[in-house]
Amino acid sequence: MTDRNTGSSRVKRGLAEMLKGGVIMDVVDVEQAKIAEDAGAVAVMALERVPADIRRDGGVARMSDPAMIEAIQAAVTIPVMAKARIGHFAEAQVLESLQVDYIDESEVLTPADEAHHIDKWPFTVPFVCGATNLGEALRRISEGAAMIRSKGEAGTGNIVEAVRHLRSILGDIRRLTQADAAERYAWAKQLQAPIDLVAEVADTGALPVPLFCAGGIATPADASLVMQLGAEAVFVGSGIFKSSDPDAMARAVVEATAHFRDASIVAKVSRGLGEAMRGAEIQGLDTRMAERGW
Amino acid sequence: MHKVGVLALQGAWQRHAEALGALGAHAVEVRTPEDLSGLEGLILPGGESTTMSRLLELSGLFEPVAERLAEGMPAFGTCAGMILLAGEIRDGRPDQRSFGVLDVSVRRNAFGRQVDSFEADVAVDGLGGGGFPAVFIRAPVIDRVGDGVEVLASVGGHPVLCRQGRVLAAAFHPELSDDLRLHQLFLED
Repeated sequence: MTDRNTGSSRVKRGLAEMLKGGVIMDVVDVEQAKIAEDAGAVAVMALERVPADIRRDGGVARMSDPAMIEAIQAAVTIPVMAKARIGHFAEAQVLESLQVDYIDESEVLTPADEAHHIDKWPFTVPFVCGATNLGEALRRISEGAAMIRSKGEAGTGNIVEAVRHLRSILGDIRRLTQADAAERYAWAKQLQAPIDLVAEVADTGALPVPLFCAGGIATPADASLVMQLGAEAVFVGSGIFKSSDPDAMARAVVEATAHFRDASIVAKVSRGLGEAMRGAEIQGLDTRMAERGW
Repeated sequence: MHKVGVLALQGAWQRHAEALGALGAHAVEVRTPEDLSGLEGLILPGGESTTMSRLLELSGLFEPVAERLAEGMPAFGTCAGMILLAGEIRDGRPDQRSFGVLDVSVRRNAFGRQVDSFEADVAVDGLGGGGFPAVFIRAPVIDRVGDGVEVLASVGGHPVLCRQGRVLAAAFHPELSDDLRLHQLFLED
């Protein structure tokens, strides 16, 4: 009998490696999950309301109903992710017992703890967490996150925050690789991040886990933009199912993400897509979800 | 073998390209039919097989790759890549296509969901240097092996590494470990 080691960092990060170059789509029911899988999504995020509707409805946003998550797991063959509130380790335990494939400790839901994120190391299931800058990304990795996604501003269909966060994370990584040994300690202090992770990023020029992009992707060209900036895959939330033709939009974003450097393919898939989600200016928002997390 | 393509539509293709580079081979990212010219072999990486199958069709790559494989181009498929090479896919989507150059039946996600993904030291027939550090991510298993398919490693009674002529396939991910022996085996074959 072969000894099997489950839940190791390599196994947790390994699934994120397999999702690279792909699109992870928010879905609220079985029908949407099937549309996503048919379109070529690499995974779905099962949640009761997409971020645009969470914004519209207000109130406390929590983990989804297990019955809804299980229905989606039964309907598709690709990985199924689900969201827990920041710091809500009991929701995460429930999601692990449902055997979701990834837990998103997400700022899109109402935070449960204003000082602590979930200690993610004891879990067998891997976690993805959002980050707006390099320090936040490294703090999440130090807590056990196996994937980082830039936060952007969920539910806005506005790519500007995603670009800001990606540029901040990747720009600081590039600058950090130029730091000498003494400067790495100053970086660790400034980033409020553990020195061993800071040193690892300085040596390798990359995060120790895959870096995906979320929050505001609404068109094939948006996906191409963030992939060219250095994201390794994309999460699309409201952007698919708040567009006028979700099926066509889903297929187009998948193809544009795979061929993100080929403008002729991005142009081809962008033709006649109908209306993208309407979207919102950042200045007009009541809640900045990206500010949740510490 | 020196100039080797890595199917780069989705998944862990970059890790394969790095492994090839470390062994002194020239890795070519394959996204369009033109990228296939002059290749001496092709690696089909891990990722989501349903996504890759769809992108192969959309990119006009399915038929040209099938032709090259039928002509005998060596191929190495890992996880989703193994599924794409298999003769029969079980628990897949009805519209999911495969190249059928490896006479096996594979069952998708047969080890379970991500909580059941694992690492294990796997004994590989004919490979010197001890067990291979194999990483299984929502991995498929081989349910049926045809005549002419050589089983090189098994886990729990299921074949997880096999070879038929110039086609090598693993249910696990050699690209996620630092062990280059299976890539070496593919290049030397």
